[in-house]
Amino acid sequence: MVRYLIRRIGMFLPTLLASSFLIFAFIRLIPGDPAAVMLGDQATPEAVAALRAEMGLEQSLLHQYIIWLTAALTGDLGKSIFFQVPVLDLIVDGLETSVLLALFSMVWIVILGLPIGMLAAARRGSLLDQGLSGLAMFLASVPTFWVGLYLILIFAATLGWLPSSGYPSIFEDGGITNLRYLLLPSLALAAPNAALIIRLTRASMLDVYREDYVRTARAKGLHPLAVVVRHVFRNALLTVVSAIGFTVAALISEAVVTETVFSLPGIGRMVVQSILRRDYPVIQGTILMIVLLYLTINLVVDILYAWLDPRVKLR
Amino acid sequence: MIHARTGRRNGGRRLAVFGLAMVTVLAVCAVFAPWLSPQDPLAIDPLARLTSPNAEHWFGTDHYGRDTFSRVVHGSRMAALIGIGVVAIALGGGIAFGVTSAVFPRLGLLLMRIVDVLMAFPALLLALALIVILGRGVENSILAIGVVYMTTTARIVYGVSLRLKAETWIDAALAMGAGTSRIVFLHILPNLMSPLFVQASFVFAFAQLQAASLDFLGLGVPPETPTWGNMLSESRVYITRAPWLLLFPGLMIALSAFSLNVVGDAVRDRLDPRLQTAFSARGRS
Repeated sequence: MVRYLIRRIGMFLPTLLASSFLIFAFIRLIPGDPAAVMLGDQATPEAVAALRAEMGLEQSLLHQYIIWLTAALTGDLGKSIFFQVPVLDLIVDGLETSVLLALFSMVWIVILGLPIGMLAAARRGSLLDQGLSGLAMFLASVPTFWVGLYLILIFAATLGWLPSSGYPSIFEDGGITNLRYLLLPSLALAAPNAALIIRLTRASMLDVYREDYVRTARAKGLHPLAVVVRHVFRNALLTVVSAIGFTVAALISEAVVTETVFSLPGIGRMVVQSILRRDYPVIQGTILMIVLLYLTINLVVDILYAWLDPRVKLR
Repeated sequence: MIHARTGRRNGGRRLAVFGLAMVTVLAVCAVFAPWLSPQDPLAIDPLARLTSPNAEHWFGTDHYGRDTFSRVVHGSRMAALIGIGVVAIALGGGIAFGVTSAVFPRLGLLLMRIVDVLMAFPALLLALALIVILGRGVENSILAIGVVYMTTTARIVYGVSLRLKAETWIDAALAMGAGTSRIVFLHILPNLMSPLFVQASFVFAFAQLQAASLDFLGLGVPPETPTWGNMLSESRVYITRAPWLLLFPGLMIALSAFSLNVVGDAVRDRLDPRLQTAFSARGRS
């Protein structure tokens, strides 16, 4: 396990470093003087000159990168052109919404994906299975924002049960009841990914059904439900756990769109708005943060998986 | 084979036939759009604003009184263009990267690390970052999404090529004095065709979803162009007054992605059931 850990973390750090270099370099690929780009159209020549010196633009690219990375490591991601506040503050502000949205979506994915997948596998070949599998396949091909717009139309605009947009923090008026603002967005975000977990649960359970130990368990007269729960599901879960890293990635990607549909004050929407406003320091900072988050989650999932399934370490 | 055991063979085949039929319908729409659409997709008619579906406007009209049916039909053109463009870039780049990496192991190590780093970015985020550098537009959308799926394609090509390189008949060819280019063009590339065909149909499907997302965010194809994503983006404000504006373009995105996925699945199972592990269900996210 220790060797696996060392090897896996040994992959994580260089990848993180290299992707941070890409994120650093990409501002320099935008036509124009990087310092002028970072300060926006309104900047005075003096301010641009000052930032040029600060960014080390007269020196080598490597030198500039080291300046940037050192600052980023201490939490200095620059200042937003639009809001005139540190980028890190904006990210911290958006974190609550984005993290809660992702967590809620994971809950939906698990409570919808696993039971439906199990049901389809248990009734394999039946009309129910075909219906559920077909539905899952269709949902996996549906854009999240479309699902979101329909949820708004049905549950917010027509029935009036839930709010259609925005999210006031749980620390503001309304407290914990503010979480209802996240019900529809998290469901929209979860839908295509839950569909994926349905398919995966079904497929991996069917694989396990064919194992000898399942036949043995059945042959010794174990209750069918006990076979499913104790033998099939537990072993099939391994594959599903490995898909979680993948799902989290999808959540991060699609949260950008979902947060926009529901006007949620999260990091994803901030990326989009900053792009539309040409607020480059914020774009750079948020992308760096998301990639860091994404790589860390993948690292944790891989380690978790290796711990659950000892065979992984041997590969 | 697998489907036979799980009892999905018939259901699977019916789905595949449906998928293929849908792909054909969409292709016909894309090619013959000007003849199939009853009206000019750009023609504004202020008197017919937001009319619900009727005999004249089958899918209703939007907030400028433009005919939704004609716009949906024309949308298939951009969908096809983006799909083809993205597949060309993803496969072209992916083959170049993957095969080169397999044939020249040292260079390959470096190239594959670059691919790893690009895959450290969630798909839509990478596309957005590229759009920031390139600016929005049709070509740039294609390029950005193409690069995103080039990474996965390169990995698959690399894996299959490495496996092929270890085959005895390639050793035999080498022993007979075949050069690198002969090995690549005569022995590796032809054997990549079937996995790449499967990959192409999946990439085409993902491209639809990503392009729609970019359009929806206002960072894809210019807003005046009738694309399904743009139509959904514009209809947001009117969803309660004109729900049909939401239904048809969204259904087209979903159906096109769905049918290409189904076709990809079916072809994969037919060609080689073992390939299943090489492709993830949603490509990359």
